[in-house]
Amino acid sequence: MITDAPRIVTSRFGFDDSYTLARYEATGGYLALRKAIASGPAAVAAEVKTASLLGRGGAGFPAGVKWGLAPENVWPRYLVVNGDESEPGTYKDRMLMELDPHQLIEGVLLACYAIGCGQAFLYVRGEMALAQERIAVALNDAYVAGYVGKNILGSDFSVDVILTWGAGAYIVGEETALIESLEGNRGMPRLKPPFFPAVKGLYMQPTIVNNVETLANLPWIVTNGGEAFAALGAEASRGTRMFAVSGHVKTPGVFEVEYGVTTFRDLIYAPEYGGGILGDRALKAFIPGGASAPWFYEEHLDIPLEKGTVDRAGSMLGSGAIVVMDETTDAVKACLRVVRFFARESCGKCAPCREGTTWLEKILQRIMDGYGRASDLDLLLDVSDNISPGILWPPKQTTICPLGPSAVSPIASALSRFRPEFEARIAQAEQARQSVPVAFPKASPHV
Amino acid sequence: MARLNPDNVALAAKIIGRYPRPKSALIPLLHLAQEQEGHLTNDAMSHIGELVGVTSAEVLGTASFYEMFKMEPVGKYVVNICTNISCQLLGGEELLAHAEHKLGIRPGQTTSDGLFTIEDVECIAACTEAPCLQVNYRYFHKIDHAGFDQLVDDLRAGSRSDIPPHGTLAQVRQHIPDDRRAGSVTPENTAIPVWITSAAEGNA
Repeated sequence: MITDAPRIVTSRFGFDDSYTLARYEATGGYLALRKAIASGPAAVAAEVKTASLLGRGGAGFPAGVKWGLAPENVWPRYLVVNGDESEPGTYKDRMLMELDPHQLIEGVLLACYAIGCGQAFLYVRGEMALAQERIAVALNDAYVAGYVGKNILGSDFSVDVILTWGAGAYIVGEETALIESLEGNRGMPRLKPPFFPAVKGLYMQPTIVNNVETLANLPWIVTNGGEAFAALGAEASRGTRMFAVSGHVKTPGVFEVEYGVTTFRDLIYAPEYGGGILGDRALKAFIPGGASAPWFYEEHLDIPLEKGTVDRAGSMLGSGAIVVMDETTDAVKACLRVVRFFARESCGKCAPCREGTTWLEKILQRIMDGYGRASDLDLLLDVSDNISPGILWPPKQTTICPLGPSAVSPIASALSRFRPEFEARIAQAEQARQSVPVAFPKASPHV
Repeated sequence: MARLNPDNVALAAKIIGRYPRPKSALIPLLHLAQEQEGHLTNDAMSHIGELVGVTSAEVLGTASFYEMFKMEPVGKYVVNICTNISCQLLGGEELLAHAEHKLGIRPGQTTSDGLFTIEDVECIAACTEAPCLQVNYRYFHKIDHAGFDQLVDDLRAGSRSDIPPHGTLAQVRQHIPDDRRAGSVTPENTAIPVWITSAAEGNA
């Protein structure tokens, strides 16, 4: 269902100067901060809880609940903003940072005020030079205007927001790896428990790690109230959410739609969104929530973009990235490319992922190149089973973080639906092996 | 050669001062060194180790984890071509192959004139604009083969002054005025934030 829900986080995207302080102030900017300081931290936290704002990074954990996980009376607390957007297909946090940095900064301030964070670290992905620049300018302006820093708007609320950026590592989007990176280390995830960031995070202090889009929702929630936010959407999924629709669609784009009620069919086919498949070809498959998510097909098109419903259907909305593949797509090639991504980005901490993802890539590459063996498909599943026992959804894991099991998703999907394509390539390879006489040259003239 | 220059040492001191622990400034300082030299030199990494109080080996340990830090000289322009799923579906791999032919190098290599390095990169978050690439982390959307050739010609002719040499990311730095600075909060600072206590008192 396509609704006329208000645009909450992308409302300024139409202005040429959407990223300036002048535009932000002219369109209600920093009023939520004034309201918050007048009403007190507990009131802000209560509004966010009422809003039932789910985290927009990938895991979809309720932000209000996450804030409440910080143990009482352990100080200081830190806020870490996760702007390390790198899930394949995902393209929304970069827009929010480039086009409306003040909205994000105000969200950061509201979170710090409500949680009691003494300092905030805004971690932007290293490759996003323009986002870093826009946020730097916005922070500099906000400091001078008295919105950030010491005694904000003349109150007793003081917090520094430190802009920092990564240097190219997908895994740093995982919250404990992000904290490691912020401490100046290799970005390798920590074991949870005991290192739940809300309890033992940055410098072993309680740390709330929130995604950019999550925080960008806060000014609207504080201004309009949590109830107005919760009135939008359905079931567990409230408010609006940004989805990037890419791949084989006529009009790819990033769209903010009402959460929980808009369907995949709306996003892929409606003229105001994806506009249908390129060349009006048939749909083969689509990835509903970034490369880590199991694939969906024709029969899933009418599922609403609602977290619980999508979870129950066997995949996830993840980071809001919908990648559409039409009937001409080579399933083996697409599967290999996604698996290769995880093999390249495995941090190397856990053996099943470090070794397993590499082997998965090698086996798929050999099938792709025409050297596959009949035993390869079982081997793929066996390696997958060692990373993610049972190859179930939601996945079990033999690893510290979900990166390893994420590499299993495309394999389980492609093999269960498009197994004949794999078998055809392997059969061709078998045939080639038997029919072509091969003269093996001696390995060395000295043998 | 190639330690941080005096301007950057002064800047480094400011950056280190923003963090509760000096080692947190490691990655920002590595970016600073790469901006100065175009890549990371051993001397710069040792120097950074001295500044943040860790060994050179620890600096290398962190630096070597991250894709963007280059331990060897790279071209003035690093061209990152995305071949991940959304771009692959719309010709990213063909674009990469075209780039290899046009420049006569493979991913990871640099042209003999030192101008171009190409890389086969993972998703750079411009999926709806596929196929896409970055030159020194500046985006180019929906690039076809002719568009790529034009871009290379423009860069060779020096007519793209909007793209700084490799190593430079944001061209505006964060600046915190001294009178506005709230100050770093170290883990040893266990006091309850004043706005939390004052609100609690106000409600009592």
